[in-house]
Amino acid sequence: MDKASVIELLYLLASVCFIMGIRGLTHPRTAVRGNAIGALGMLIAVVATLLHQDVIEFTWIIVGLVVGSLIGAVLAVRVRMTAMPQMVALLNGFGGAASVLVAGAELLREPPPPLGDVAVATYASAVIGSVTFWGSLLAFAKLEEYKAFRKPIRYPYLQPINALLGLGALALTVWGVMEPNSIAAYWLVVLIASVLGVTLVNPIGGADMPVVIALLNSYSGLAAAATGFVLGNSVLIISGSLVGASGIILTNIMCKAMNRSMTNVLFGVLQPGEDAPKQDEVYKTVKSASAEEVAMLFDSASRVVIVPGYGMAVAQAQHAVRDMYHLLESRGIEVLFAIHPVAGRMPGHMNVLLAEAEIPYDKLKEMDEINPVFAETDVAVVLGANDVINPLAKTDPQSPIAGMPILEVGKARTVVVIKRSLSPGFAQIPNPLFAAENTLMFFADGKKAVLDLIAALKE
Amino acid sequence: MTDWMGLILFAEQAASASDKVSGLPLGLAITIFVLAVFVGFEIITKVPPTLHTPLMSGSNAISGITVVGAIIAAGAGHSLWATILGTLAVVLATINVVGGFLVTNRMLNMFRRKSN
Repeated sequence: MDKASVIELLYLLASVCFIMGIRGLTHPRTAVRGNAIGALGMLIAVVATLLHQDVIEFTWIIVGLVVGSLIGAVLAVRVRMTAMPQMVALLNGFGGAASVLVAGAELLREPPPPLGDVAVATYASAVIGSVTFWGSLLAFAKLEEYKAFRKPIRYPYLQPINALLGLGALALTVWGVMEPNSIAAYWLVVLIASVLGVTLVNPIGGADMPVVIALLNSYSGLAAAATGFVLGNSVLIISGSLVGASGIILTNIMCKAMNRSMTNVLFGVLQPGEDAPKQDEVYKTVKSASAEEVAMLFDSASRVVIVPGYGMAVAQAQHAVRDMYHLLESRGIEVLFAIHPVAGRMPGHMNVLLAEAEIPYDKLKEMDEINPVFAETDVAVVLGANDVINPLAKTDPQSPIAGMPILEVGKARTVVVIKRSLSPGFAQIPNPLFAAENTLMFFADGKKAVLDLIAALKE
Repeated sequence: MTDWMGLILFAEQAASASDKVSGLPLGLAITIFVLAVFVGFEIITKVPPTLHTPLMSGSNAISGITVVGAIIAAGAGHSLWATILGTLAVVLATINVVGGFLVTNRMLNMFRRKSN
């Protein structure tokens, strides 16, 4: 067998490893091994590439691999679990940028490569990769809540400008495909797509960030696949399309969980309805409770459901919640956690935060599973969630969150909402649940509230 | 169902008709792409929501496969600029790969810890 065939087979082996690896992620028990198999696949692919006949000079490869490994390892070890969305955004971006650079380097080959059909792929790498890189960097800055990026930069003709940039990139692509070796056209496309990446992500914020992260994840895969077409490399195409599919699926799940279309998330602006109920009107009958009163509720409860939102993570309350969970379980009370698909800042984020606090994953229940349980729940404790439990989503068709599937917390015998104040959530609408007959508001910082509850329970 | 069967059929036809580019006929490349997308859809829809964050960071690491292209670009000695671009790409893609797999491993260990 010649060397090229060996390399091809090694690439095939790597691709199989990636597929097996992702399949391992279908259960928490097999997931660690799955991830290791994926990493093994990557090692195989890298070794196979080092055998490639085109690779004649190793110094810079080794320098790049060492530097990249060090930076990657430091990032992975140091990142806080609450900052996982930023980390994924950053890594997405790096993947996208790498695709741009590889396709750019391919254009510089001596003698020039016979581009032909794959010229389109070269420009696809440029566009998708650049949008991914700059979009991800901006998403990172927004998630880190850097001051300058807290609010989107406002300017008129938002969508026409985006359309113009898109058309510009397309026109340059056509030019580039006609004259395949036009290096200038390539980097101009990179420049335009970079601007486009920023203008596309700029207006999106808050609760819509999970969708953006998932979509950019998909793009980073598609960029890799496009680069695979440029190089005629099967392992790049296979892994790129796997990741592309994964990102699209997650994007869809997020959009469905908000009852919004992808177009609406990406290009629409969430606005409060015209005749949204007035806050004072809604909150006339709000009752508040103290830690002691809530603790007394727990005393007679047999099932408690905790509904965490990103507010819990902001207050760093997950470890206090874990202590409360143990205390309640030790008294024979069943404790479950209700997780809305868009809770947290990326798909599955809340589960990771609770797993970090060592709460068993079989206690975390998805929306469809937990909603029927609320009717047989004594106390539902809402901690840092708001829009995802707002009954207006079901009752008010004019509401900006109309049709969004919610956690039906109100069906529990008593609802305790731990919240600093009555301030609205991201959707900027009041929540009638807070004033419902069976709801008690416990006004406090999330972590302090839970600690107070634990103290009251122990008395 | 029938939609994507048609797509694959198209890809196969394109494969037999196209000319060779960079070692892999374009049509064959499209075939591989389409089939891999469907394999992706099949397995990824089975991943439970609990593991969606590790799925994202893990698949993210896999998208760092661009490192393969980067290595060829950095090591082929085509020109100074190609080497510079390639080396930079190796660095970025390796951060993607190593950071992605390690952070996924860190997260998944948290799930395993309390699974019994």
